[in-house]
Amino acid sequence: MKTVYVDNNATTKVAPEVLEEMMPYFSEFYGNPSSMHFFGGQVQKKVNEAREKVADFLGAEPSEIVFTSCGTESDNAGILGTLDSYPEKRHLITTRVEHPAVGNVCTYLGRKGYRVTELAVDREGRLDLDELRESITDQTAVVTVMYANNETGVIFPVEEIGEIVKAKGIPFHTDAVQAVGKIPLYMKKSTIDMLSSSGHKLHAPKGIGVLYIRKGTKFSPFMIGGHQEKGRRGGTENVPYIIGLGKAFELAKKRFDDENTRVKALRDYLEQKLLEKIPNTLVNGDRQNKLPNTVSVSFEYVEGESILLLLSDLGICASSGSACTSGSLEPSHVLRAMGVPFTAAHGSIRFSLSIYNTKEEMDYIIENIPPIIQRLRNISPFWKDYLKSQGKQ
Amino acid sequence: MWDYTEKVKDHFLNPRNVGEIENPDGVGEVGSLACGDALRLSFKLDEKKRIKDAKFKTFGCASAIASSSALTEIIKGKTLEEALKVTNRDIAGYLGGLPEEKMHCSVMGREALEAAIANYRGEKVIKEDFEIVCKCFGVTDNEIIKAIRENDLNTVEQVTYYTKAGGGCGQCHPKIEALIERVRKEMEKETPPAKPEKKKLTNIQKIKLIEETLGREIIPALKADGGDLDLIDVEGSKVFVALRGKCSFCPSSEFTLKQYVELKLREFVSDDIEVEEVRP
Repeated sequence: MKTVYVDNNATTKVAPEVLEEMMPYFSEFYGNPSSMHFFGGQVQKKVNEAREKVADFLGAEPSEIVFTSCGTESDNAGILGTLDSYPEKRHLITTRVEHPAVGNVCTYLGRKGYRVTELAVDREGRLDLDELRESITDQTAVVTVMYANNETGVIFPVEEIGEIVKAKGIPFHTDAVQAVGKIPLYMKKSTIDMLSSSGHKLHAPKGIGVLYIRKGTKFSPFMIGGHQEKGRRGGTENVPYIIGLGKAFELAKKRFDDENTRVKALRDYLEQKLLEKIPNTLVNGDRQNKLPNTVSVSFEYVEGESILLLLSDLGICASSGSACTSGSLEPSHVLRAMGVPFTAAHGSIRFSLSIYNTKEEMDYIIENIPPIIQRLRNISPFWKDYLKSQGKQ
Repeated sequence: MWDYTEKVKDHFLNPRNVGEIENPDGVGEVGSLACGDALRLSFKLDEKKRIKDAKFKTFGCASAIASSSALTEIIKGKTLEEALKVTNRDIAGYLGGLPEEKMHCSVMGREALEAAIANYRGEKVIKEDFEIVCKCFGVTDNEIIKAIRENDLNTVEQVTYYTKAGGGCGQCHPKIEALIERVRKEMEKETPPAKPEKKKLTNIQKIKLIEETLGREIIPALKADGGDLDLIDVEGSKVFVALRGKCSFCPSSEFTLKQYVELKLREFVSDDIEVEEVRP
């Protein structure tokens, strides 16, 4: 069976170039970058190069790059490390549609006595910036708003948000795990103070992340330990992964245009064909401001897990915001926050592409999904009721 | 990815009895679009009042579709009385088990069956005298109590897995906890305390336990009737005894040995004990 992998917002394939770059740093050049001898020194040099590549891609200074273990750690460090620096301030602002790596940190802080403002989104998944303006007080310690949503791909106007937040002198953190590699970033001219990124979303391995911290931002380390990362993150550097990550950022820079033209065209093609071929299909989220690789659609009157398993049976790997796939009983908090009706929320499917996807793969999906949806609709009691209500049967 | 059995996968990929029966004898519908799963079950009876045909339509995940398919297969050929004895455990068992988080799919099957039979009998489907405990999923106290009893549930999490109650905002968790406590207390009163489980004994432990049991449970009663008993030997599960006193010539001694001594030893020592008399 062939595998059509269109779940790249979950994780991506490690680029062969990245793996190749990493391999010598396991058993051959395994020195500790902190060591005084040549054997560690040569590794230190490679780590610095990787840091430069990441900084180059982000339009930042190498000294502003902190390597972490994953996107979740970057988010935790960004938020908690800032709160720790402003112990007298007891309020933070976030949104209702964050990834759990931010959302659950905020919930945890709420239990610890912080006041947490969660900004609402509209039916298209857009924020109301007036609500943000009104929420800021002199008690606000940090504002954390994701760059692009992992489920819908909707992009928030992060620079505009940053301007509002910076005008009040408040640190601004963004979870850019889904955005990095797909949206142009230039930190030197940005309003962002801290930005989280994750390696495995852009063809580096799982287990490596980045936290960008703007020079001059007050920050207390989240991972307390040695002097590594200029005292901002203790722990011996994960050398092979850092080197792999550097390579992945270098590739992302080269492939940035491909992502925004070819991949985007594939995405548009897939989205358009799904809407054309399958009645009662809705696109979730603002279609104007969206990641170039993400399609989120809802097929009304059918349930997402069933769709995913039938797709999986054909080798197609996608994901769903349906309740049954998450192990919880409610559909995705993102779709609920957007007010997507229940007829559609349970039947949401996300396809997220990468530079490795092809037109043939899109055609394979387009060919196979309509019969799957039809088959499940034939089993669903609501489909016939709907047709009756429309006078179609 | 859920760890579904081959049987679940089979009934999901090749569901049996999909559809709606025309002019059905009974129709039951449970769940809703909002809840994420729903099942419409219809059946037809034959002249002997057995379920001749059953069909389903289901909106839901793979295990919901498989549970519905299994349900229709299970109830075909059954009388309504027999069908009403089908529990959610039977449905899950038919499928070789369901992940615990998905047990509510089997509960939905049983509820649809009850609703369909009630519909046939012209009973009101909506029972009075209930309280909605979980507002997110509209689950009543009666449904929760039934799930606790039938599936021997202990925790709020389990109640959520089986009924969905508590799976939304979580505000009803204290109420569910109180229900669990109440029902479990009732259940304890209803079932007599289980006898201590018999452990596998070593030979010496077994002989000691036999001696103790004879001394405590049997010999005093025999002595009261002017008889007595000696333990001669133990070989595996065979216990050799000699009857003394009045017992040795009592015409009902065979009866005493089998119905009294053996039963007592089986109760307290081991289920496989056989008692044999050694005659001098």
